[in-house]
Amino acid sequence: MEINATLFGQLITFAILVWFTMRYIWPPITKGLHLRAQKIAEGLAATDRAKTELEHATHKALSLINEAKRDAAHIMETAHKRSVQTIEEAKQAAHDEGQRLIERAKSEIEREVHLAKDVMRQQLVALSVKGAEIIIRKQLKETDQAALLDELVNEI
Amino acid sequence: MTPAQNSSYIQHHLEHLQLNLSTWHIGTGGGFWMLNLDTFIVGLITALLIGGVLRYVAVHMQTGVPGRLQNVVEVAIEFIQGSVSESYHGKSQLIAPLSLIIFLWIFLMNTLDLIPVDLVPMVAQLFGAEHFKVVPTADPNMTFAMSISVFILILFYNVTIKGWYLGKEILVAPFGPYLFPLNILFRLLEEMVKPFSLALRLFGNMFAGELIFVLIAMLPWWSQALPGGIWAIFHILIITIQAFIFMMLTIAYLSMAHDKH
Repeated sequence: MEINATLFGQLITFAILVWFTMRYIWPPITKGLHLRAQKIAEGLAATDRAKTELEHATHKALSLINEAKRDAAHIMETAHKRSVQTIEEAKQAAHDEGQRLIERAKSEIEREVHLAKDVMRQQLVALSVKGAEIIIRKQLKETDQAALLDELVNEI
Repeated sequence: MTPAQNSSYIQHHLEHLQLNLSTWHIGTGGGFWMLNLDTFIVGLITALLIGGVLRYVAVHMQTGVPGRLQNVVEVAIEFIQGSVSESYHGKSQLIAPLSLIIFLWIFLMNTLDLIPVDLVPMVAQLFGAEHFKVVPTADPNMTFAMSISVFILILFYNVTIKGWYLGKEILVAPFGPYLFPLNILFRLLEEMVKPFSLALRLFGNMFAGELIFVLIAMLPWWSQALPGGIWAIFHILIITIQAFIFMMLTIAYLSMAHDKH
C-alpha cells in the first residue's frame, strides 16, 4: 500500500486511454448524435411543410369543387333556357306552318269556287243558248228558216 | 479463526502481486521500483474493455434507430456532455472525453469490488500468484495516477489560457494586492490540495469498502449473507457516486483553470 512505479504504469494507461477516446471515439459518436439530431429536425420540418401543403391542397381542392359546381349550375341553367327557347321556337314554327296551311287551303277553296262558277256559267250559257234555240225554233217557221239559211249562204 | 489467523487473512488481502522492476522477479522489497501487477493488469484489461466497446460503438454508429449497446453509450456520452457544458465554457476538446473516461474507468474498476473478495485471489493462487488485489481504485497508485494527470492539466490550462494574468491572479486574489504573501500561500495550498483530495477520496472509499467486504468474509459462513448483501447494495451507490464525484470535480477544477477570477 505504498506509492511505487505502478503510478507511472497507470499514468501511461490513463493517458493512452484518454488520447484514444479523444481521437477515435468521441468525434464519431458526437458526430453521429449531431447527425441524428439534424435528421430529426429535418423530419419535423418536413412534417410541418407537409401539413401546410396538405392545407393548401385541401383549399385548392375545395375551390376547384366549388368552381365545378358553379360551372355545372351555369351549364344546367343555359341548357334549361335553351330548351325553353327551342320549345318556344318550335311552337312558333308550328303555329306559322299551320297558318300557312290554312291560308293555302283557303286559296285553294277559292280557286275551286271560281272554277265551279265558271263551269256553271258556261253551262248556264249553254242552257240559255239551248233554250233560246228551242224558243227560236218554235217561233220561226219553216220558211223563215229557209230565208235565213239563204241569207247566211249569201253572206258567206 | 484465531486473532493471528484473522490478521494474516486481512494482511493477505492487502498485499499486492508485485513485480520487482530491477530484478524482474515477482516478490517484494524493491522500494519504489515495484510494479503492482494486479493493479496494472486489471487496469489494463478494464481500459481495453472500455476502449474496445466504445470504439465498436463509434465504428458501428447508427444515425437512425440505435441499438441497445449504442443506446447505453449514447446515454453516458450525452450525460457527460451535459455535465461538462453546464460548468465548463472553454473550447478544449479534451475535457469531455477525459470526463467520460474518468467516469467509465473508475466506475468499472470500482464495480470489481462487488466480486466476492476471495474469488479472484483463489483463482490467482491456482496460477501461482500469492496475492491478487482485484480493485485498482483501492490502490493509491491508481487514484494518484488519475489525479496527477488532472493536476497536470490544471497547471497546463492555468498557464496556457491565463498567460501573464495568472501571475496577477496569484498575487492579488483573494485578499488584495497588499497581502500578496498570504495570497501566494493560499493559492499554492488550493492547487496542491486538489490532486490529494481527488485521489485520497476515491482510494479511501474503495479501500474501506474492500476492507469491510474482507471483514464480512471473516464472519461464520451462515451469517455472511445478510451483512454482505446489505453492504454490497450500499456499495453500488458508493461505486457510482465516487466515479461521479471524481468526474464532476475534474470538470470543476478544469473550468476553474479556465475562468479568470
